[in-house]
Amino acid sequence: MSSTFYNEILTEHNIRPFHKHPMEGANFQLEGVNPSCGDDIILSLKVNDDGVIEDGAYVGDGCAISQASADMMLDLVIGKTKDQARRLADIFLRMIKGEVTEEEKQELQEASVLQDVSHMPARVKCAVLGWHTMEEILNGKNDMEA
Amino acid sequence: MTDKNIEIAAGYDPADNDKIRALFPLIDDSTAYLDNAATTQKPECVIRALAGYYEHDNANPLRGLYKLSVRATEGVEGARQTVADFIGAREAAEIIFTRNATESLNLAAYSYGMNFLKEGDEIVITIMEHHSNMLPWQQVAKHTGAVLKYVDTDENGRITPEMVEAVVTDKTKIVSTTQLSNVLGWENDVKAFAQIAHRHGAIMIVDGAQSVPHIRVDVSDIDCDFLAFSGHKIYGPMGVGVLYGKRELLEAMPPFLFGGEMIDSVTRFGAKYSEIPHKFEAGTLNAEGIIGLGAALDFVNQIGIDKIRAREDALTAYAWEKIKPIPHIRILGADDPSLHHGIITFTIDGVHPHDVSYILDTKDICVRAGHHCAQPLMKQCGVFSTTRASLAFYNTKEEIDRLADELGQMRAQMGYDR
Repeated sequence: MSSTFYNEILTEHNIRPFHKHPMEGANFQLEGVNPSCGDDIILSLKVNDDGVIEDGAYVGDGCAISQASADMMLDLVIGKTKDQARRLADIFLRMIKGEVTEEEKQELQEASVLQDVSHMPARVKCAVLGWHTMEEILNGKNDMEA
Repeated sequence: MTDKNIEIAAGYDPADNDKIRALFPLIDDSTAYLDNAATTQKPECVIRALAGYYEHDNANPLRGLYKLSVRATEGVEGARQTVADFIGAREAAEIIFTRNATESLNLAAYSYGMNFLKEGDEIVITIMEHHSNMLPWQQVAKHTGAVLKYVDTDENGRITPEMVEAVVTDKTKIVSTTQLSNVLGWENDVKAFAQIAHRHGAIMIVDGAQSVPHIRVDVSDIDCDFLAFSGHKIYGPMGVGVLYGKRELLEAMPPFLFGGEMIDSVTRFGAKYSEIPHKFEAGTLNAEGIIGLGAALDFVNQIGIDKIRAREDALTAYAWEKIKPIPHIRILGADDPSLHHGIITFTIDGVHPHDVSYILDTKDICVRAGHHCAQPLMKQCGVFSTTRASLAFYNTKEEIDRLADELGQMRAQMGYDR
């Protein structure tokens, strides 16, 4: 695989992320860690009574793939309902397993640049960290209640 | 060893490095293997010794009374003598075979530390220890009530005998330090450390995992009480390690593992254990690994460890010259390549080590990224993880050029400065 995998979309989300900052007013927060490589993010979401993700942000430290993937995910899910976000997470995780259709991939927009991770077993955990953390929040896990 | 390997190793000339590279089947010019502190590649003579054992000499060593088993025993005991000679031990009985340096250090911790330390005693280690020379002592401290104390590095990643002297007291019973840091490349003056330990009535344990493959190590000169190293970092097979220990100490220590081939006699409720070293080698040995380690040390002896060191020092200086000037790169440790012993651990501003390692891998350059099993040291250095290139004598300037070229382009590839 060529190192052009680190294309402009990926590197921009890594070095100039839109959503990497502390967030006020979140009602869900969860830390996600890859112990083997040290990738670490804390994901915050603000979900309203209608189940719509009104806002989201993350802070963390890790490789470009883990950080950019979380940033692209938030681009996608802010403004969506929890069910829509769950569906996108399902598509993303299947894309990383190499089990996705072209139409589904389109729905992921920029996050689809991470499709090549399906051929990079060592980096799968990096790419899915943000998405897994969001799924756990959507399934009710919340550090803010701990 | 095959004649060709002997001849080429004995006539090793760094100016004609290709000849020695050709003895390593896995090494070719397409892949730059620069992760030698993790494990080294193996020469033909070692690989052949492993196969040769099973083709000609395989039986359970030390047990059978037939010729084949005697040959297996002779292979193992011959390798034990080779190891003893290589590190300057007084006798082969002071050499215990284990799986690796980690197991060797655990043996010392469990058999010596757990039995001879008590509440209020002190164990002194350094912040630059690999986890394998840190976690066993945490366990000993936890179970005996002994206090675990650390010698920190100075701001340049160095530890001097004075800094050890400042931590060791008359309560100290064990001083255990690495001889050569797997992150900083720094060489501790373990001979001076041993004198300090002994003056305070403590024993001195040396983690030689990184030193034995790269510099001349003589346990009699250092006067350490134990020394641990792994076979696979010195061109030998994985799964075989060594614990050297002084006879008086080994004889006083209880066995670590219990079972077959470590007893003189067994009754229903007791046993009389064998003499050293067999007391510490319960169960069937990794005979082919031990014999492979012997072959690896024969190979190193033919080349000469001092020649290996000189070549590695020259390569380190070259790598330093190429990598150090690259903008945004920071090399950990002393600001002098002669103090790095082939180990260059660095960060690149804004580029995570896992991305560095991945991008280098796309160019078939193998380096290590992460915490190098030394998380407390990383924390003291103020970094979370780093990238490490580690050299062996068979590496080339061309490989270092490839690494430096890629590092020079790394930030641009990651979207900076464009």
